[in-house]
Amino acid sequence: MIGIPAAVDVAALKDTTLLNMGIFALFVAVTMVIVFRASRNNKTAADYYAAGRSFTGSQNGTAIAGDYLSAASFLGITGAIAINGYDGFMYSIGFLVAWLVALLLVAELLRNTGKFTMADVLSFRLKQRPVRIAAAISTLAVCFFYLLAQMAGAGSLISLLLGISDWGGQALVIVVVGALMIMYVLIGGMKGTTWVQIIKAMLLIAGAAVMTLWVLAIYGFNLSNLLGAAVDTANNPAVLNPGLQYGKSDTSKLDFMSLGLALVLGTAALPHVLMRFYTVPTAKEARKSVVWSIWLIGIFYLFTLVLGYGAAALVGADTIKSAPGGVNSAAPLLAFHLGGPLLLGFISAVAFATILAVVAGLTITAAASFAHDIYANVIAKGKADAGTEVKVARRTVVVIGILAILGGIFANGQNVAFLVALAFAVAASANLPTIVYSLFWRKFTTQGAVWSMYGGLAAAILLIVFSPVVSGAKTSMIPGANFAFFPLSNPGIVSIPLAFFLGWLGTTLDRRREDSAKQAEMEVRSLTGIGAEKAVDH
Amino acid sequence: MGNEAHTPDAAASVDFEQVQSTGQFQELRKRHRSFVFPMAVAFLLWYFAYVLLADYAVGFMSTKVWGNINIGLILGLLQFVSTFAITGWYVSYSNRRLDPIAAEIRNEIEGHEFDKHGNRVSGVEK
Repeated sequence: MIGIPAAVDVAALKDTTLLNMGIFALFVAVTMVIVFRASRNNKTAADYYAAGRSFTGSQNGTAIAGDYLSAASFLGITGAIAINGYDGFMYSIGFLVAWLVALLLVAELLRNTGKFTMADVLSFRLKQRPVRIAAAISTLAVCFFYLLAQMAGAGSLISLLLGISDWGGQALVIVVVGALMIMYVLIGGMKGTTWVQIIKAMLLIAGAAVMTLWVLAIYGFNLSNLLGAAVDTANNPAVLNPGLQYGKSDTSKLDFMSLGLALVLGTAALPHVLMRFYTVPTAKEARKSVVWSIWLIGIFYLFTLVLGYGAAALVGADTIKSAPGGVNSAAPLLAFHLGGPLLLGFISAVAFATILAVVAGLTITAAASFAHDIYANVIAKGKADAGTEVKVARRTVVVIGILAILGGIFANGQNVAFLVALAFAVAASANLPTIVYSLFWRKFTTQGAVWSMYGGLAAAILLIVFSPVVSGAKTSMIPGANFAFFPLSNPGIVSIPLAFFLGWLGTTLDRRREDSAKQAEMEVRSLTGIGAEKAVDH
Repeated sequence: MGNEAHTPDAAASVDFEQVQSTGQFQELRKRHRSFVFPMAVAFLLWYFAYVLLADYAVGFMSTKVWGNINIGLILGLLQFVSTFAITGWYVSYSNRRLDPIAAEIRNEIEGHEFDKHGNRVSGVEK
């Protein structure tokens, strides 16, 4: 049954299950071979966490794009545009503009001063122990939220693609995905994970490009015609205007501001993105990585604009909403409409691979943070040898993998783009103020860092707990209860300024002065790259 | 408890406060900050202006300009254009104005500190 079906018949998707699984199995087989080959040189901690710092800027930039173009970007944004029109598009703008913060203020300076983790930089000139612990805790918290989002995406995808709608069956597939991910990370370390990201990013961008050209070709390469068709199918001209999702009330408008703030300030504080800057040999390559990823990510988001409105026009919002997987199913349904089972199989295999690869990237970041920051520097007080540290990291991978599987089973069905936005809010609140202060503010002290990190983290998480996300609304996680006294579903507009303020207040009230020699060392190193970690020779 | 963020290396014995106070380093810092700070403020203002318009000026953003293409879509796409443009601008600025001076400072320190056999020969001389 190859050919373009006239209309999307969701029931017919089940016939393609075998094909989907076949294509996915092929991807797993190919990447496993690559991971095995990449693992041959994994000897030191720098190999395991930072791939021996041997990737080029363009390779790392592609891998960053792979990390960033998660299921949330592909499935979530396409779905958000298909259903909410213009408001969905605004997610992608926030996600893209945010890269300028990383490019201008963070990437190169961080590469020059750190070794493996975000905490390396934050604790460089402050008191090691308290700052490292705080940075590690916030790293683990952000990774946890991000993992939940990816695993929730895995659940929706599985229900749509494999035709598995019962809870037990979906749980089983999440277990399989989680087990595969643990193998990638255990065997391949950062090098294996990076290669998986690069392959997946190229497949994802190529697949999206084909679908974009296809949709545009249907409308004679005229964007205006495509938009007109989306209006016709939706029978609502407002899909082209802002406000469909967030324009309903003053509260929702404020919520939108809060989301915008979290998106633009969150990226440069995501631990798994920051860690990627250590996989290149120099700051100049780190800059090149960001430039590559900005181009790839920007072009990809332009594709999602076409894909989202294409899904709205060709599939229709009602069909998408009623399909298993809901909003997140817009892109796969569009693929099925365009290219039948074969394109659906390809796109869904890529989406699976996306989840697998992003989860692997998050897991290695969390494991590195635990092993390097908490175990090696705090518990063993810097006396652990690198071998033991890597051993601890590998064990942490297994623990986090199991947590991700459990979280995925329970977060199944939540909106993916939205959950990721929460991870961004937590990152922007807990991490960004301290990153910026420690790189640019000479007088910044340990007390300021600790207040800002714990204050930002606690504020972001508490406001989420007491928001309509968790209780008090039909779409809440606990719809029966109501303890939502905070009206916004994204905490950024309160928690980010609060964290910046706490960093300033903690520093101003601190009687201790930090070591000015360390400050000088950090500033000189960050701008010149003196003594920065070099590539590992094999 | 030592700082574990870096290994002993060529820079371990450098007097960083002295380097920090040199005119050359001050110039590098000035060039870096005088580019990245105004640029960061500018793109954030432009982004938030856009978000505010989309949030509170729906009528204006919905004005059709050409076919079904409205001001909102054009401004959204301009955010993409400005992001790509600032990226290119920063790369060219770094290549011209930042990298050469950073390399000079690095060479002076790492070059003077160690001879080719890795033995320390002298402190920083300016």
